[in-house]
Amino acid sequence: MSTRTLVSPAVLARPRGRALYWSVFTAVVLLFALAFLFPVYWMVTGAMKSPDEIARTPPTLVPERWHLGGYTDAWDLMQLPQHLWNTLVQAAGAWACQLVFCTAAAYALSKLRPAFGKLILGGILATLMVPAQALVVPKYLTVADLGLLNDPVAIWLPAVANAFNLYLLKRFFDQLPRDVLEAAEIDGAGKLRTLWSIVLPMSRPVLGVVSIFALVAVWQDFLWPLMVFSDTDKQPISVALVQLSQNIQLTVLIAAMVIASIPMVALFLVFQRHIIAGISAGSTKG
Amino acid sequence: MTKTAERRPVTRAVAATEPAPPPVGGRGRRRLAEQARAYAFLLGGLVCFALFSWYPAIRAVVIAFQKYTPGSSPEWVGTANFTRVWHDPEFTAAWRNTLTFTLLALLIGFAIPFVMALVLNELRHAKAFFRVVVYLPVMIPPVVSALLWKWFYDPGAGLANEALRFLHLPTSNWSNGADTALVSLVLVATWANMGGTVLIYLAALQSIPGELYEAAELDGASLLQRVRHVTVPQTRFVILMLMLLQIIATMQVFTEPFVITGGGPENATVTVLYLIYKYAFLYNDFGGACALSVMLLVLLGAFSAVYLRLTRSGEEDA
Repeated sequence: MSTRTLVSPAVLARPRGRALYWSVFTAVVLLFALAFLFPVYWMVTGAMKSPDEIARTPPTLVPERWHLGGYTDAWDLMQLPQHLWNTLVQAAGAWACQLVFCTAAAYALSKLRPAFGKLILGGILATLMVPAQALVVPKYLTVADLGLLNDPVAIWLPAVANAFNLYLLKRFFDQLPRDVLEAAEIDGAGKLRTLWSIVLPMSRPVLGVVSIFALVAVWQDFLWPLMVFSDTDKQPISVALVQLSQNIQLTVLIAAMVIASIPMVALFLVFQRHIIAGISAGSTKG
Repeated sequence: MTKTAERRPVTRAVAATEPAPPPVGGRGRRRLAEQARAYAFLLGGLVCFALFSWYPAIRAVVIAFQKYTPGSSPEWVGTANFTRVWHDPEFTAAWRNTLTFTLLALLIGFAIPFVMALVLNELRHAKAFFRVVVYLPVMIPPVVSALLWKWFYDPGAGLANEALRFLHLPTSNWSNGADTALVSLVLVATWANMGGTVLIYLAALQSIPGELYEAAELDGASLLQRVRHVTVPQTRFVILMLMLLQIIATMQVFTEPFVITGGGPENATVTVLYLIYKYAFLYNDFGGACALSVMLLVLLGAFSAVYLRLTRSGEEDA
């Protein structure tokens, strides 16, 4: 595929153009490696240095001796299994709740023509104009009134009130051809059956995008879990890292940071083509 | 939900007593059954939106005019919360910092991704590699990025000063100096978030028809002229969208100042959201926190309204 861009292919074919192209290419590779990969390298290897090697100036580029002790200490001392498990429970529950409730609501709004459907959709879209973070305090008070503090449900249910994902689903359902759904109904399928065996299988791409958004949002969140989980044993990894960062050895903290990053980075590397395509498509489609 | 539940028995009773023409009655009943089913599907989502979006928005406004302590009944205090918050010396600092942060993030976090996307779009090799690498920091949890950069900014063995020494430049206080702290945080936020912006720009650049560049070149336009007269106008809509989204996001900055500087030094990095957090959880002053939230809400709501209006008109154009 050779779509014409800013620089014409004719210029690039000339020897001077080609030399310039390859020098720019090399410069960009080096810049990207330095700006984005090097900090990650520094983190992963920093955790393997000894406590006095990490405090040394000038620093060593490669650890003199590779200690894995930082990682094992972080795993045990900072109770990482507990916090990773908490995060997983919170993220998985939020994901499941969003898939069930957002999908059902989007399907109803798109295909079932409920009375006041326009009004409800308007109310949901209006929450897009209200920045989520600005409402954390009254949301916190509501969750406290419901007795949900220190309970993963405090993550799960507010996650459902995600207008962006709901709208994404509704717009996808809007595009599904009506006659396919009507054919299912003529064959005697109920609404739930139609949703389950016709609509959902046709919606795999959008369900994938919503799933990834849902998981990443919970895993990356900080302010909300910081407010909701005062009980240390219930905290997700992001909150626990900050709370414990004050009085722990630097190498151990860095090792814990690496461990906390692994799940999302792994998810990204596995699904990178879908994620990148999703972001790029989202932009042009508005 | 309650509406349909109330209405159903009434219509049924009517259908039972009056000998209405059968097709209408039957259709009415079926419509009600359909409505009940539609609302059964909607219920879960509606309850969550009501409890965690609509009600808190109303409640923020109500509590902003109350003295609110959890457990005891609230008292109405008029605009006392607003005046108290207004006279807090941290209030001015928080707004000044938030606006400066937003402006700097716009300058730094805007020009760099645009230029980066322009250059990446010209490269014909290792495309997937560049996209993955630039998006990698976005997938690192924000708390980890913040802690990582806190370590880089460390005045002792921090990498940032080591890099300056390596280049024989004077070292800086970074996040520990009152006048450099805010810029240091902007750098962290830019590093952590620009991957998404670059990818969206790249997608926009790829949708520019190549003939436009060809025509401009035939007219003798230089490289920079082509950027100015073809690329920028063609991507203007996306640029504007991302700018507004970024303003809305950076006005709510919290994690970086909370983790890296704790609002210091000398309140140089206290942001509005940080101040809301302090009012609620350090001073136990929920009225003050809600008064601040309402102010932030009004300002950001205005930006969001502009954003939505623009996206809607953009859709109509397309």
